[in-house]
Amino acid sequence: MSRAEVVEAPRRDPEPGPARRPGVLWSLGLFRSELVTVLRRWRTLALLVVLAAVPILIGIAVKVDTGGRGGGGGGGEGGPAFLTQITNNGLFLVFAALAATLPVFLPMAVGVVAGDAVAGEAGSGTLRYLLVAPAGRTRLLLAKYVSVLAFCAIATLVVAVSALAVGALLFPLGEVTTISGTQISFADGLLRAVAIAGVVAVSLSGMAALGLFISTLTNSGIAAMATTIGLLITVQILGQIPQLHAIGPYLFPHYWLSFADVLRQPVYWDQLVKNFELQALYVAVFGSAAWARFTTKDITA
Amino acid sequence: MGNSPAVIETSGLSKRFRGGQLAVNGLDLTVPRGSVFGFLGPNGSGKTTTIRMLMGLIEPTSGTARLLGSPMPKAARAVLPRVGALIEGPALYGFLSGRDNLLRYDAADPTADPRTRTARVGAALDRVGLTAAAGKKARAYSLGMKQRLGLASALLQQRELLVLDEPTNGLDPQGMREIRSLIRELAEDGTTVFLSSHLLDEIEQVCSHAAVMNQGRLVVQGEVAELAANARGRLVVTTPDTGAAARLLKERGIADVAVAGEDRVSSELPPDEMELADLNAELVRAGVRVRGFTAERASLEDAFVALTGEGFDVAG
Repeated sequence: MSRAEVVEAPRRDPEPGPARRPGVLWSLGLFRSELVTVLRRWRTLALLVVLAAVPILIGIAVKVDTGGRGGGGGGGEGGPAFLTQITNNGLFLVFAALAATLPVFLPMAVGVVAGDAVAGEAGSGTLRYLLVAPAGRTRLLLAKYVSVLAFCAIATLVVAVSALAVGALLFPLGEVTTISGTQISFADGLLRAVAIAGVVAVSLSGMAALGLFISTLTNSGIAAMATTIGLLITVQILGQIPQLHAIGPYLFPHYWLSFADVLRQPVYWDQLVKNFELQALYVAVFGSAAWARFTTKDITA
Repeated sequence: MGNSPAVIETSGLSKRFRGGQLAVNGLDLTVPRGSVFGFLGPNGSGKTTTIRMLMGLIEPTSGTARLLGSPMPKAARAVLPRVGALIEGPALYGFLSGRDNLLRYDAADPTADPRTRTARVGAALDRVGLTAAAGKKARAYSLGMKQRLGLASALLQQRELLVLDEPTNGLDPQGMREIRSLIRELAEDGTTVFLSSHLLDEIEQVCSHAAVMNQGRLVVQGEVAELAANARGRLVVTTPDTGAAARLLKERGIADVAVAGEDRVSSELPPDEMELADLNAELVRAGVRVRGFTAERASLEDAFVALTGEGFDVAG
């Protein structure tokens, strides 16, 4: 058996190479890599397909339902918001679809992506290689959070764009009647639709921070996703119990549907601002908790 | 030991996990620059926990670890770009191709130049012989291919230190040879290699230095040649007349004579003044049908057993 020789011969020192200093732009590479990795998962694509299907289903249902009767009624109170106006103006399908997906579908998709963000990588072991690369714990967590936020925006856009396409295809487009009863041009209406999509995406930021925090607690992606979505459902139920109305304003979905206020003339800011404040609070609290946990955690997986 | 500063230096490094179990106990390890350092120990002896502490993945309970002269985990962001690592087997994104896996790991390094990324990834793939399979999804890789891809991720940049935890795990003999020659090649380029393994002959083949861990403690460390020299070789006689051979060897005052199997007698080597050829002639004269007569050199395994008085089994 050959024995390793104790090489005492002079060795070339490894070349120091050009000083490698992290550049700001280079740091964006991690975020881009994060987002691309999230979007290349089949699971993410499946979620987006489901989200895109919701407006299609609503559109077809409304078309079939009102097909015989012609132009639907004005202000029926039953059923989800905006549903009755869709037959008059396809643009309302955007609002209706966002109102329908915001309570459950959108946050569920965000819960899956946020819950899996750290725990999934820990479970598959890739987290340790990212950290010894070294991604830096704070930097990695930040990149993860920003990519989850980007997913919030993408998911919202998918719903909105799908709804706009279906609305334009099945129903007439035209001037928009605001909730206040005034008429605004279609272009203005479209602008408001974009604004609403933005508000909806921001509404999900608190949930995203919560999911990310839960994700730092475990090494199982599935467990983190299930906990995040379980928490979402629990909070939604708690918000429905009249006896608990005192805690209502502190639950993250409380002001979610305030996005409809963008459709008033003039825009009614009160609830919208409260929503932003509440989301900021959740981001601050659970963002710091996630940071505190992740930067001190022993990575044993 | 070496004249240049140590690449890895720990003092009193300990880790107690939450269960109260002491995984690493007061480790004082010194890895000289330029060495190929074998880190040996049975499964569960604390090797991986030590490596994780060195790489800043887990916080030591007490003691300090210095990597390339800087304290870990504090200096992780400055030091780790100069260190390539394979820790407890490769971990890959199954839904990404081999090349995309490396691109992702490289993107995680803030000091990696994105302009040279594609070229460096290509070179790393080439180095481990994966170029042909680079476009395949990592999910479809065999264990050996995954291991190679993990190695490639440690080679994305010029490194001063490579920390390789069981790098030949899951490879076929041909793959093992390739990886070992790659390690030698890297060492010749001046990279210090810290190689953890439970395979003694692997350490013996490629390492200049070694340390042995057992149950969380460092049993011994030093140059491989020195370690092996501590263990004496053995004399092995192959013969069908085992009884007669053993009797004669005992009469000549040779220690620790034992009959092993049908046709083998082994013993300690006789003292230096006794000529082995004479001993052989004597056996033949006594009518022992000698088929083989060898003085086996001490292996690292003998050294290990001699040092610890224990076999090399999984720690309980």
